Amino acid sequence: MFRRLHDPHARLVLFTFEGQPAHGVEGDSVAAAILALGHSHCRESAISGAARGPYCLMGVCFECLVSIDDVANRQSCMVRLREGMVITRQRGQREVTT
Amino acid sequence: MGRDIPYQAAVIGGGIVGLSLARGLAAQGLATCLMDEGDVALRASRGNFALVWVQSKGLDMPVYRAWTQRAAALWPGLAAALRSETGLDVALRQPGGYSLCLSEPELERRRAALQAQDRQGCATIPWQVHEPAAIARAMPAVGRDVVGGIFCPLDGDVNSLRLFRALHASIAEHGVTYLPESPVHAIVPLTGGGFRIRTPRGEFETERLVLAAGLGNVALAPMVGLSAPLRAQRGQIMVTERVVSFLHHPVSTIRQTDEGGVMIGDSKEEHVVDDRTGLGVLAAQARRAIRMFPLLGGLNVVRSWAALRVMSPDGLPIYDGSAEVPGAFLVTCHSGVTLASAHAELLAPMIARGALESDVSDFTAARFNVPAAA
Amino acid sequence: MMRLASLADLRDRYDIVIVGAGPAGMAAAAEAGGHGLSVLLLDENGGFGGQAFRAVEHSPLRAHPLLGASFARGDRLAAALGSVDIEFLSEATVWHLDPTLTIALSRQGHARGLTTRRVIVATGALERPMPVPGWTLPGVMTVGGAQTLLKAQGLLPHGRVVLAGSGPLLWLYAAQCVTAGMPPSLVLDTTRRANWIAALGHLPAFLASPYLAKGLALLLRVRRAVRIVSGVDALAINELGGALCVSWPGGEAAADHVLLHQGVVPHSNLVQAAGCAVRWRADQACFAPVTSDWGDSSIPGIGIAGDGAGIAGAEAAEADGRIAALAALYALGAIDASARDTRSIPHRRARARAHAGRAFLDAMYLPAPSFRTAAADVIACRCEEVSGAVVRAVAAKGAMGPNQAKAFLRCGMGPCQGRLCGLTVVETLAAARGTTPAEIGPLRIRNPIKPVSLAEIASMASTEAELAAVERQ
Repeated sequence: MFRRLHDPHARLVLFTFEGQPAHGVEGDSVAAAILALGHSHCRESAISGAARGPYCLMGVCFECLVSIDDVANRQSCMVRLREGMVITRQRGQREVTT
Repeated sequence: MGRDIPYQAAVIGGGIVGLSLARGLAAQGLATCLMDEGDVALRASRGNFALVWVQSKGLDMPVYRAWTQRAAALWPGLAAALRSETGLDVALRQPGGYSLCLSEPELERRRAALQAQDRQGCATIPWQVHEPAAIARAMPAVGRDVVGGIFCPLDGDVNSLRLFRALHASIAEHGVTYLPESPVHAIVPLTGGGFRIRTPRGEFETERLVLAAGLGNVALAPMVGLSAPLRAQRGQIMVTERVVSFLHHPVSTIRQTDEGGVMIGDSKEEHVVDDRTGLGVLAAQARRAIRMFPLLGGLNVVRSWAALRVMSPDGLPIYDGSAEVPGAFLVTCHSGVTLASAHAELLAPMIARGALESDVSDFTAARFNVPAAA
Repeated sequence: MMRLASLADLRDRYDIVIVGAGPAGMAAAAEAGGHGLSVLLLDENGGFGGQAFRAVEHSPLRAHPLLGASFARGDRLAAALGSVDIEFLSEATVWHLDPTLTIALSRQGHARGLTTRRVIVATGALERPMPVPGWTLPGVMTVGGAQTLLKAQGLLPHGRVVLAGSGPLLWLYAAQCVTAGMPPSLVLDTTRRANWIAALGHLPAFLASPYLAKGLALLLRVRRAVRIVSGVDALAINELGGALCVSWPGGEAAADHVLLHQGVVPHSNLVQAAGCAVRWRADQACFAPVTSDWGDSSIPGIGIAGDGAGIAGAEAAEADGRIAALAALYALGAIDASARDTRSIPHRRARARAHAGRAFLDAMYLPAPSFRTAAADVIACRCEEVSGAVVRAVAAKGAMGPNQAKAFLRCGMGPCQGRLCGLTVVETLAAARGTTPAEIGPLRIRNPIKPVSLAEIASMASTEAELAAVERQ
């Protein structure tokens, strides 16, 4: 779990994670928002299915991949949280619709 | 031989061509060594597109068409043998492949070339023109810009890096001595037969010698009375993130690996000396690929690659044996993956027996010699 | 400073492009602006500051009575930046740089190219990988990552928090947690006891440097509030019923969060893709670009400044940035050699001051070889899940270096492009072959240096010759 230092400028926004409604602070990275909810695991490896979670928080490790608004494999530490975002774990290989 | 020469065959070059030959020679019972360079070398094999490709090969040369079809037919045997020797599955599939055309003139040119092939009446490659509707049934992701395609039921692909790894493991299983970091500086024919090879790691003697060093053959061939008129042609590739399998046939310029990544090629640049990637070529390849399969646009490219193809003047292999210095052979091609099985199962035994045979006599470098004016 | 709003606002050609708006990039921009040249500063984050001054513009920490003090330096730089005539584009990821000084960048899913007369690459550092058993488990993060969460989001890990590793950042972060009232439960210090001996020779310079006072203060603050186990020479992380468990010789502890850190290394993928030479630095156990003392790389027109040129900290980075900017201004004819030299003097002094004492820190905190190589059952390449055992085995089968290992095993082929595995693979191969990383050489890096969509690549321009290379007859 993460605790947040008091921030008088924080504006809460509503989003969904894994189908569940959640609150986050506007402007947080999506990775931070997920961690703040208490989830350390955000994807399942495309190779072995192993659970992985954010590691570097600066865009170099590619562990924090999630699906955001139906776009797969997005680095959640590099994307700003916005109201209404639909976020799900990245489970294995990316899907495509043919 | 009067003297005790340690190796009965030495292969110079650790790419897929050299590895396939070394495997074949060792399987014939010859004590074989393979000389390779170090970690940073041109290595065309590391950049290959992994197609086991038949259509469009040797449209003007029936012997090459026949050779290619034999290689494709031998491939399942090679894949099975590698799997049982090494435990590695090289993921060979031969579901038939496509060349997709984005304009009617392009389709017509390909059709005309294949019809000309048919008229030669021998070693015919099976082919069909598929309309967009038929292509869409086979590959639903195909884009509307595709006006048609040539389908050949013999085409396929393989996991090229796993092939590379399997061949390495296989030659170890067969007792081939692998000598890395051994670029060859000189080859000295020995009186009484055989060769001495000089490398920074020492000197090695061998009865038979096979030059399979790609572009390196250019410098090595004259040392044994052979000629390797080769040029470098750069090809660039992009590879995407892993995607759930959706492309069930290889296309000549786009294929999905068994691991899920989509590979996009295939450019041909002449007169380049390095294996760096260039943005403008990748961009042109990307545009063409998106026209063929629009959904590719949204996929992330995780890496690009470039390698220098080893091209002869007519693009066909050169298989040659030295008249001046019997026992020295030259093997070079740019379709090292497709021909891997033929190299291992057909060419290597010929080399073991001491001379190339009639099946491949059209591939000597003599075909490039313009007759002197009378 | 003009803050651009989109890619469309960019010019096609600039005089100077600075990649990375951390201390080096900000300082370079502040120095280069105001000479009548077009100067563009780019950063992939939402604002400037890089990692050292992360979120300097909007950090929630600014409101904190104690933690807010660390922003003074970043604020000064931001003010210097604000007052010069440069352009700044945020959320801009540079994914291509080549010797023609063509740059391709993306922002919010769109890409464009531009050219420039000089580039200053200031892409900073990233954490050295720490391949211990279990390091890929969810809940295990880098200390740097945790510090980013603190600076950018005001988030602190809570519960049983274990820090493991070595180096100044570890102590800095632990001290920040203590100050914030949420001390970690445990620090496992992997600093090698034997390093003291190697470091002793550099002690005088360290004693005279500002690092001593700062460092001691941090150490004391942490020691008073946190349990510390020193001389940890092995550790493993396991899952234990929904939480983690860290074990080391002689002990174990349950954890909700495990934060790893063993120093930082240059983030040099962009310059390596551009063809700049790198060399192995045995004193820091990493590859670093080859640069002149003006920051020139081995490729004409590309300068490198800051930790991206060699780890030396934020103060040195600022000095580097200013020196590289002066070199660029001189190369473009905006100032003469005499002005360049004169203006560089205070920055060279500042750089020397910042460097003094670093040798001690480098020697003191050099991770033990066992923490730099991947043991048999430890993942060396996270993206492709390649273990240390497999890497060692392929060394025996003839993979001479990381490029062949990559061809055999796929390590380095994943989206991180060797950032988290390159060093581990090189050191593991070197150990297996009984040679040195300097002998083996680095992983070859190519553009695009960050994953980018095929559509974005497709939007780049091609010459007639390039089109001909692709279009079929």
